[in-house]
Amino acid sequence: MTDTSWVIKGARPLGAGPADITITDGTITAIGDGAGQRGAQAIDAAGLIALPGLVDLHTHLREPGREDAETIETGTLAAALGGFTAVHAMANTDPVADTAGVTEQIWRLGRAAGHCDVQPVGAVTVGLGGSRLAEFGAMAESAARVRVFSDDGSCVADAVLMRRALEYVKAFDGVIAQHAQEPRLTEGAQMNEGAASGRLGLAGWPAVAEEAIIARDCLLAAHVGSALHICHVSTAGSVEIIRWAKSKGWRVTAEATPHHLLLTDDLVASYDPVYKVNPPLRTAADVAALREGLADGTIDCVATDHAPHPVEAKETEWAVAAFGMTGLETALCVVQEAMVDTGLLSWAEVADRMSARPAAIGRLSGQGEPLAPGSPANLVLYDPAASSAVDPAGHASRSRNSPFAGRTLPGQVVATFLRGRATVLDGKPA
Amino acid sequence: MNRHLISAADLSKRDALLVLDTAEELARVADRPIKKLPTLRGRTVVNLFFEDSTRTRISFEAAAKRLSADVINFAVKGSSVAKGESLKDTALTLEAMGADAVVVRHSASGAPHRLAGWVRGSVINAGDGWHEHPTQALLDAFTIRGRFGRGSGEALDGLRVTIVGDVLHSRVARSNVWLLHLLGAEVALVAPPTLLPIAIDDWPCSVSYDLDAALPKSDVVMMLRIQQERMNAAYFPSVREYSRRYGLDTARLRQLPDEAIVMHPGPMNRGVEIAAEVADSPRSTIVEQVANGVSVRMAVLYLLLGGLEAAQ
Repeated sequence: MTDTSWVIKGARPLGAGPADITITDGTITAIGDGAGQRGAQAIDAAGLIALPGLVDLHTHLREPGREDAETIETGTLAAALGGFTAVHAMANTDPVADTAGVTEQIWRLGRAAGHCDVQPVGAVTVGLGGSRLAEFGAMAESAARVRVFSDDGSCVADAVLMRRALEYVKAFDGVIAQHAQEPRLTEGAQMNEGAASGRLGLAGWPAVAEEAIIARDCLLAAHVGSALHICHVSTAGSVEIIRWAKSKGWRVTAEATPHHLLLTDDLVASYDPVYKVNPPLRTAADVAALREGLADGTIDCVATDHAPHPVEAKETEWAVAAFGMTGLETALCVVQEAMVDTGLLSWAEVADRMSARPAAIGRLSGQGEPLAPGSPANLVLYDPAASSAVDPAGHASRSRNSPFAGRTLPGQVVATFLRGRATVLDGKPA
Repeated sequence: MNRHLISAADLSKRDALLVLDTAEELARVADRPIKKLPTLRGRTVVNLFFEDSTRTRISFEAAAKRLSADVINFAVKGSSVAKGESLKDTALTLEAMGADAVVVRHSASGAPHRLAGWVRGSVINAGDGWHEHPTQALLDAFTIRGRFGRGSGEALDGLRVTIVGDVLHSRVARSNVWLLHLLGAEVALVAPPTLLPIAIDDWPCSVSYDLDAALPKSDVVMMLRIQQERMNAAYFPSVREYSRRYGLDTARLRQLPDEAIVMHPGPMNRGVEIAAEVADSPRSTIVEQVANGVSVRMAVLYLLLGGLEAAQ
């Protein structure tokens, strides 16, 4: 008997009809009738949907540097509770993950925590300073095997630097993940520029500041024949530009966050900074365009942009509050509400957008593989019929800045398995 | 009335008229040799000013004192972050002092909203960022009503008010648009396109870029202050050009209908948005606005703290 062998009885793989999933020594060995396996623990999963373990391309784990907001331990536990088996840790830590040393440290801390795989993202520029390229090659060749590079939080605004970064990472099949925000157009920006910002008297963050950078970078990626990934797409115009770039056959991928798929800028009328995020919440028309883009594949995947902040960073007047929202523990539930319950995505497509595609973009091996014999047993069991009010006090994340607090969301992650080992059982840490 | 006065947009027409009518009653106190009523004796009003604004602060201070309230002035230079204490901690301090009303001026839009969640007393917005300055709008409405000979219970129906200048960054403009519309006035905004919010189709007012076309159709012209910091930020090519296109000079004054008045919330940039001769002309209500400010703020404090019961 091993703790990585299971028979999951009566689960619905990708939402299809019930089947038993047999896991032997951390690998899926059968999908069908698994009644006879010896030495395996059995789980009754009647009514639960089985999905491949979710992969997040965009997580802020805050360690090293801001352990008051999140640690790799708490952040990855939150990830497991959200159904994730791998997360990409963004580089804007303190010190910045711009060297082989820091990225390896993050990778090792992730392995030690053990709740999910932690794949560090490397910074594009030294110290996120936007002026000098970080040592991509050293990070790529380190134990962390970094393939995704991003200055997320800041835009690589300098066109020449962006071009060079895109070119350079071709040497090891890397990808540049751009935080698209034209800096001059967004000086002091507080919320989406539109009807709500006009009424509320808050400095606007115009859609064009995102779209202009995305358009430029798609053209640059095409010119140098490299891979570009667009972080947290938030506007209808961005979806249009990415759709056009993809129609040209260019190597452009994109993500959208759960909060941009569900929430709109009218929530800012409360001036509660729990709704302050970068890029900002947009309009209902943008939300509809993002949903459509995610459904038709223009937007490749959902990524949380989980951005924990301590209470005091949000319990302030709007203008001085930190940007960012937690999201790991609510992501799948939000996707169910925004995409599945609306008929826009099937569960098989959710598996594609939240597991296979992000794993492929992140160049991860052993993650995002299909629920099939031979795959590593990374999977999540999810009850779509459950429903509950979000209470951040009950979250594993060290921070409480969930914009869904008090909101009733459908669904519940019941169990998560990482290479056959249960990280979550009965909705609780295993 | 609500417990707080944070936004003119939160007022009902009935509430707004009640403030104006009460202000009219209270204005008579100013004509007495002893300008004081005992109404708010034993109540504490805190003036919490995160931005310098001597005129607004002394107006609220005079209002509270004429109603016999105890006044504490709490001036905090710079943002709460700069001084190292959060707005919340400041709020808790005021709470411990037993503030019945907190009059707050802050550079951050929405700060009074946040404050209202942390204190038990009434919060009165004395200007928050670019958002609102509701007592300014109330005193402007009061001034307009008085100048056009309308009395207690009457609104501003049919009057055409043109607001000119930096609408984008103006809390005065926002509060006036909501309030004057609520009171039945026809509001028009005139500004260079760079100084208008990008999407204001749903505001209850008309919008244009041409001051000369608007003036003959205006009973009231309200000139907004051009802040120094806008002058070098490409909102307009130069101060001279702004003044030529959007300044109110004597030639433009002559385009106004005979009874029309000129308003300015102060402080003025003479020679920029308003010529000195215009500011000092009999049509100007600028000094009157200051006097009315005290009466209107007395009314607001009275209604929020004293309540109607005390009036009867």
